[in-house]
Amino acid sequence: MNAKAFLLALVLPAVALAQGFAGLGTTAEGFAVPERDRALTFPQDHGPHPDYRIEWWYLTAVMEAADGTPYGAQWTLFRSALAPETGEGWETPQLWMGHAAVTTPDTHFVSERLARGGIGQAGAQAQPFRAWIDDWQMASTGGPDAYDRLSLTASGADFSYALDLQATGPLVPQGDRGYSVKSREGQASYYYSQPFYELSGTLNLPTGTVPVTGRAWLDREWSSQPLSEDQDGWDWFSLHLPGGEKLMAFQLRERAGVSFTSGTWIAADGTPTPLEDGAITFTPLRDEVVKGRDVPVEWRLQIPSRDLDVRTRPLNAQSWMDTFFPYWEGPIFFDGSHTGQGYLEMTGYE
Amino acid sequence: MIAAGLSALLSHWWRKPSQLAALLLGLALATALWSGVQAINAEARNSYDRAAEVLGGTLYATLRPSEGAFIPQDVFVDLRRAGWLVSPVLDVSWRVDGTRVTVLGIDPITAPPAAQPVGFDTGGGLIPFITPPGQAFTNAETVARLANVPGLPELVAADDIPPGTLIMDIGIAQTLVGADAQISRLLLWPDQPAARTPLDQIAPSLREVAPETDNDLANLTDSFHLNLTAFGLLSFAVGLFIVHAAIGLAFEQRRPMFRTLRALGLSARALVALMAAELLTLALIAGGLGVVMGYLVAAALLPDVAATLRGLYGAPVTGSLTLAPSWWLSGVAIAVLGTGAAAAASLYRAATLPLLAPAQPRAWARASERTLRWQALAAVAFFAVAAVVYALPGLVAGFILLGAVLLGGALLLPPTFAFALSRLSRFATGPLSQWFFADTRQQLPGLSLALMALLLALAANIGVGTMVQSFRATFLGWLDQRLAAELYVTARDLEEAAELRAFLTPRADAVLPIYSAESSFRSAPVEVFGIIDHPTYRENWPLIARLPNAWDSVARGDALLISEQLANREGLAPGQPITLDGVTAQIAGVYSDYGNPIGQIIIPQRLFDALYPEADRLSHGIRIDPADRAALMQALTQRFGYGDDNMVDQETLKAFSVQIFERTFAVTAALNVLTLGVAALAMLTSLTTLATMRVPQLAPVWATGLPRRMLGGLEVLRAAVLALLTTILAIPVGLGLAWVLLAVVNVEAFGWRLPMQLFPADWLRLGALALIAAIIAAALPALRLVRMQPAQLVQVFAHER
Repeated sequence: MNAKAFLLALVLPAVALAQGFAGLGTTAEGFAVPERDRALTFPQDHGPHPDYRIEWWYLTAVMEAADGTPYGAQWTLFRSALAPETGEGWETPQLWMGHAAVTTPDTHFVSERLARGGIGQAGAQAQPFRAWIDDWQMASTGGPDAYDRLSLTASGADFSYALDLQATGPLVPQGDRGYSVKSREGQASYYYSQPFYELSGTLNLPTGTVPVTGRAWLDREWSSQPLSEDQDGWDWFSLHLPGGEKLMAFQLRERAGVSFTSGTWIAADGTPTPLEDGAITFTPLRDEVVKGRDVPVEWRLQIPSRDLDVRTRPLNAQSWMDTFFPYWEGPIFFDGSHTGQGYLEMTGYE
Repeated sequence: MIAAGLSALLSHWWRKPSQLAALLLGLALATALWSGVQAINAEARNSYDRAAEVLGGTLYATLRPSEGAFIPQDVFVDLRRAGWLVSPVLDVSWRVDGTRVTVLGIDPITAPPAAQPVGFDTGGGLIPFITPPGQAFTNAETVARLANVPGLPELVAADDIPPGTLIMDIGIAQTLVGADAQISRLLLWPDQPAARTPLDQIAPSLREVAPETDNDLANLTDSFHLNLTAFGLLSFAVGLFIVHAAIGLAFEQRRPMFRTLRALGLSARALVALMAAELLTLALIAGGLGVVMGYLVAAALLPDVAATLRGLYGAPVTGSLTLAPSWWLSGVAIAVLGTGAAAAASLYRAATLPLLAPAQPRAWARASERTLRWQALAAVAFFAVAAVVYALPGLVAGFILLGAVLLGGALLLPPTFAFALSRLSRFATGPLSQWFFADTRQQLPGLSLALMALLLALAANIGVGTMVQSFRATFLGWLDQRLAAELYVTARDLEEAAELRAFLTPRADAVLPIYSAESSFRSAPVEVFGIIDHPTYRENWPLIARLPNAWDSVARGDALLISEQLANREGLAPGQPITLDGVTAQIAGVYSDYGNPIGQIIIPQRLFDALYPEADRLSHGIRIDPADRAALMQALTQRFGYGDDNMVDQETLKAFSVQIFERTFAVTAALNVLTLGVAALAMLTSLTTLATMRVPQLAPVWATGLPRRMLGGLEVLRAAVLALLTTILAIPVGLGLAWVLLAVVNVEAFGWRLPMQLFPADWLRLGALALIAAIIAAALPALRLVRMQPAQLVQVFAHER
């Protein structure tokens, strides 16, 4: 029995993967469930919410070296609770999983870490803010809000990076003031972002050290059952639009029927406008075989209400996260009605 | 023609079923002993591998403490935070319900892939595994044994976990054995991040240990298995002598048939092919029979072997046999190869048989001076190899030394006998005795293989017997001294232990604490004992090397004692200072500690208390007048409810130790007897072979007036003389063997040297056995000779010779 099957047996005792990516389609028994009218409070909500089943600190960055070579970087810390409890010591039923990646035009470096909560190997705290697993860390380095300035480190067998982030805009609640609906049956999560980071730092790659600058986007999300049982994956886009505007757009693919779509149009000053189900059209344009499966690596995104019609293409079509729960995640370019860079995450392509 | 030739060849076996039986039996016996021993070794090694592989021990390098038994958990977190991909393991020998089990605590989340134990899909997920009371995975045998023990995690049966090993979450394990926030070792993932802080900046007290050195059990038990292998090989070699004799006999008897077949037009090539096919068939039958017998031998011996390995090394070995198909095939293959080797000479002779050669059986050629000289030279060469190998270290060198001594001794037999017989013939006074010696010398080449087999078996018997007896005598004497206290009592917990001491102090002559802790010294595990100053130790504890006033300096608290194994392994001697867990003290003495694979250190109790405040302090030795012991035991039962689990008197403990010792060598003894049996059979077949061919040589002697009864008597006498000479030669070879076993192999294998003691009574018994076997073997053909019709003897002269 391999480690993966073993962990699956341990982590997801009652769940088949078919019930949704990463076990997100499971029921919320005993766990807290997001409520529409609970306002986000900071800095507390920067820290962990152990009474919810799943939570993440998700940062993606589009970057350039001095010679103009584009790069992408990802830093993610997932928290997964086996039971809605926390505490000290080994019996704490909180698992942590870290994913880090660096994407270059021809290589996609990936690393993954797993840890148990309660012993100090991994965790997150609101004040002073830091989230860590092993030697990877996302930590506040100042500012009125803990997320205003962050330092970020991660490493793998063949790469590492150290990045400094500085926010040039406010935190942005997604959905209805941070209550983000994920299906027509009403499954939802708490979700807010900081999409306005300016970034500088260094990538350490097998080819050498690369100083980089660019932009980054942080997503914070927690829930106990964000997917409906009929959904088996999503396609999520974050676009840095010209003029400082941002777009977050995702569709949750229904096993049968029309996908559920959602998004937020974020003005340059950070004012969010939610995009209701059906407001965005996602059209896959081209599949590529990635790790033996067909993955749509080019898309057309249309938002008629905002006169947006863009076509996206990946920096590296093979941006496959060959991790415990595998998925596609990498930087994209887009052009059409708008031109720019962004990030794409696609899950559930088995 | 081919079919006719085949049926002619096979008809021989129908006419001589006893010869067929000897051939098949010899081959089957040889195969059985060889493959039986292989099966036992394979089973035991499988068990070790399972034990080692349970946590990827043979695959992953580890970080271990340079001193002490544990790594603080914070060090694990520090290493992870510094980029090291390590996974914690707690590995503790833990006492439960009167027996010891190995508790392995793991972190399933960080463990590298191959260190993930199997069978967890039966457990129901991570939550029951990591949250109290937790789950312990172990084999079905252990589940049954511990089923009713309270306070354990839920027991879940899983395959491929060695007996007596409980695998559970590290958090559950730490709580269970009282090792909070302690880790025994850290498994290193093979691919570590490039950018990570060097080890000496985070955890300078840890040492990286390569994965292959991890399987301590396999190393520790190597000697035992080499021992068994040597026995298996010896038995196989002896068995091949039988096969050789039987095939040689069949060849000689079928000479006329070969000539006839050749004269009828069967080509030499076809004849050899037919003979080879015939032998192959016989080898397959005997080999098949042999592996089945080998399986039975292994199944019969394995429980003893398992008990031995458990007792001697603490190695977990299951008592049941599971064999791969490759084992069966290799058993049959070795039978075929052995037959080929034994038959090579006969086949060669069949191929080169001149068509017109006299088709009469003849006794094997006379011993030529050249052969004897060659054998003597080869023997000298083997002894030279032995002398060179003696200077080399290592267990394998020890066994090569053994083999060289044995083979040299065996090869020396024909020249020695030739020399001895020529000397003895000088005392021959009449023609009869002159003929007797001359005829004996003439027979020597034909018998020498069987005699060599006998010599090997006898020498092995004497050597191994001397070793076991020497060991036994030393062990018993040592046990008498070492187990000086009249009664041994173990409390259930620390609180009760304090009560117990208070209860015993007014009632006993002395209460000696037996406190021990597991630690490590120079990266190997050691047991540390704390003792108080008491005459019991001074009077009874045998020191094999010591400083003057050794006990006084230990009592003062500035010196310690180490076991012989530790001294040998680390090259330590009295007077040297060593550092144990941060404390440096002088070695005051070295004591013997037979039967213990782990090094031991004795320190003053004050130091022990300071170094190991967490250690078990439950066991006590009680000095008391033996007359009052029963009353005290009764009082202890009344006061504390102690039974056999908590109290043991000196005699019972000794008996138990002796019983372990006896079981340890039960296998050796069984193999010894089997080898001797095979040698006796070799003797019988050789003598039978010769007897049928000797009629032409005996007929003239009979014709000159010697009665058949006398001739028969002389045949038996000859066998007896040869057996006696063999026994006499076997004694020095056997003693050489014993010396190698005691002074070389034991020191390499176990770390202790034993004084060699001689047991002449055993040699006499063995000599008598060999004599009886030889006489019985010679009696059958002699009896046939006595009863032979005179006409048959006269016929010899009628035939063309």
